[in-house]
Amino acid sequence: MMNNILNFLENLGASARSSLAGLGACVRLFFLTIIYSSDSFKRFNLTIKEIYFTGVLSLVIIIVSAFFVGMVLGLQGYYTLEKYGSSEAIGVLVALALVRELGPVVTALLFAGRAGTAITAEIGLMKTTEQLSAMEMMAVSPIARIVAPRFWAGMISMPILATVFSMVGILGGYFIAVLVIGVDDGAFWSQMQANVDFHNDIVDGAIKSVVFGFACTLIALYQGLVAPPTAEGVSRATTKTVVISSLSVLGLDFVLTSFMFV
Amino acid sequence: MDENLISINNLTFGYGKELLHKDINMEFNRGKVSAIMGGSGCGKTTILKLIGGQLKPNSGSVTVDGKVVHEQDREGLQCIRRKMGMLFQHGALFTDLSVYENVAFPMREHTDLPENVIKDLVLLKLNAVGLRGAHKKMPAELSGGMARRVALARAISLDPDIIMYDEPFAGLDPISMAVICDLIRSLNDALGATSIIVTHDVAETFSFADYIYFLADGSVAAEGSPKQLLASKLPFVKQFIHSEKDGPVPFHTEAPSYQSDLSL
Amino acid sequence: MERVKLDIWVGIFVALGIIAMFYLATRVGNLTSNDVKKTYEVKAYFENIGGLKPRAAVKASGVVVGRIGSIVFDPEAFHAVVKIDIDQRYEFPLDTFANIYTAGLLGEQYLSLEAGGDDVNLKAGDLIVHTQDAVVLEKLISQFLYSSAGDDKDKNKDKD
Repeated sequence: MMNNILNFLENLGASARSSLAGLGACVRLFFLTIIYSSDSFKRFNLTIKEIYFTGVLSLVIIIVSAFFVGMVLGLQGYYTLEKYGSSEAIGVLVALALVRELGPVVTALLFAGRAGTAITAEIGLMKTTEQLSAMEMMAVSPIARIVAPRFWAGMISMPILATVFSMVGILGGYFIAVLVIGVDDGAFWSQMQANVDFHNDIVDGAIKSVVFGFACTLIALYQGLVAPPTAEGVSRATTKTVVISSLSVLGLDFVLTSFMFV
Repeated sequence: MDENLISINNLTFGYGKELLHKDINMEFNRGKVSAIMGGSGCGKTTILKLIGGQLKPNSGSVTVDGKVVHEQDREGLQCIRRKMGMLFQHGALFTDLSVYENVAFPMREHTDLPENVIKDLVLLKLNAVGLRGAHKKMPAELSGGMARRVALARAISLDPDIIMYDEPFAGLDPISMAVICDLIRSLNDALGATSIIVTHDVAETFSFADYIYFLADGSVAAEGSPKQLLASKLPFVKQFIHSEKDGPVPFHTEAPSYQSDLSL
Repeated sequence: MERVKLDIWVGIFVALGIIAMFYLATRVGNLTSNDVKKTYEVKAYFENIGGLKPRAAVKASGVVVGRIGSIVFDPEAFHAVVKIDIDQRYEFPLDTFANIYTAGLLGEQYLSLEAGGDDVNLKAGDLIVHTQDAVVLEKLISQFLYSSAGDDKDKNKDKD
């Protein structure tokens, strides 16, 4: 019995230590990426290719999800606000919820699931088939050629996707609230405009999405690079990317929200 | 000019506590084709990685053209690597680039040659390995043997002084094997390069290699030209060359007595 | 993937992002032309600013004419110094009243400017002399209680 407890504690300590080691390695990867980033901009074509794969190809899922999220917000919000006679504030509810929270956070979670796993799998497979080794032996740094362009592509794509999410979500809310349920068009927009502040709400939401983009992309790249070079290893790595990215996004969201909106 | 382009001196290396190589000495002469042979897992591929600077030795040194590899900074290492071409076991072609792009890759990265010159060079290299007609294909469309030949064309892209082959014959059909054999020898002579092959294929290697090292138990068990080794009386060499099932390399791994395992 | 096709798609993507940002800024948020216009700054002193915050609206006749710039406490005179940024298009006379009102019953507080009758207008750096503090609920209640207690006392006196 005692043995089991001791084993459990030992495993806990070991996993805590390996998590910290992983965090440190991630930070080191970030600095290496920055140092080797000159190629990503001098040969911008590399980065553009990656922006296509991470950003453009995620547009469909982002737009569709945003529309549904906006509609649900409109629906749920209306029926709750109606009880207090404030159904005309539905515009404010939808806009603030999206711009401050749902836009950056849901986009980041979807991004981690779609683009993050793609990055991890691609790099993991390149490692397994020795392509990274081959590149190294040809005196080309894999960090400069493979990692850095994907990093900057992620940093650029995320804010764009989050902003698009917010916009489409608001349109979804508008669709349900005004066109379907029948809330007054003018009240919807005027209340929203009166209560959504550009600097406090929209810009802060954009800052959040940049931070989330940084976290998700870095985690995806790191997991791909350290994946064991086997089929099982790569598949585990993609799972880890999603899990760790999601938890980081939610944790960072809490931290940022307490700075910004309190 | 030093006769040895690459020399390995008193090399000791291990991943972790177990040592893979114990105090090894090897020399690779200019213009010659040398082979490193041995059983699976004896550290042959690791030697290539140590020469290329991907791994650092625990003690001892690897010297390439007078420069100690693990003491080089990033610039120096790039310099050394530019003189090397390496053929990986399964080709390691970049899957998102076409055959043409793969062979052009080193040229695009390290030279400022205009596109038409690169085109000529790429087709030249592909012609040398007999795959000029496949230059538009993607790696996924190639067979194993063809992929390896394209990887070879890529490895000689910048006319390297050193060409390293990691198990070039593994998993090939007899025809492809013969092709690769021929290419290794002819390219080495045409480019005036020094080739190092890591393999356990006895028949093929003995037919064209100039010098062979045998690795076993972390040290050089035997070395010499193919003729010398064929005449060798060393039991390990004999077992290896004549493909004997049991000998110095035992058939049974260490285990308690059979009786005790069967609980008799 | 041909380079041209790639570039087009990425261009569309980035353009979409810019449009979305623009849309949010103008149609959803309150980044109207007011905020980017030029303003001039005047001061006002208050004993109690209540819930007034920087960037709160400054209204005249209900129309937004400016924003609160900063609010600091003066430790020597023991009052709040409120800096007000008024849109340059609007000028107010020297004897303007600056009152802190609440929007709606329990809404946010804003500053209301009621023009006086002076010939001379406020310039940048001037002080608005006539101010009315925010209504603090507790003071209102205690006023009400004491005044009604006073009424009762008078009534009792009369009875006697």
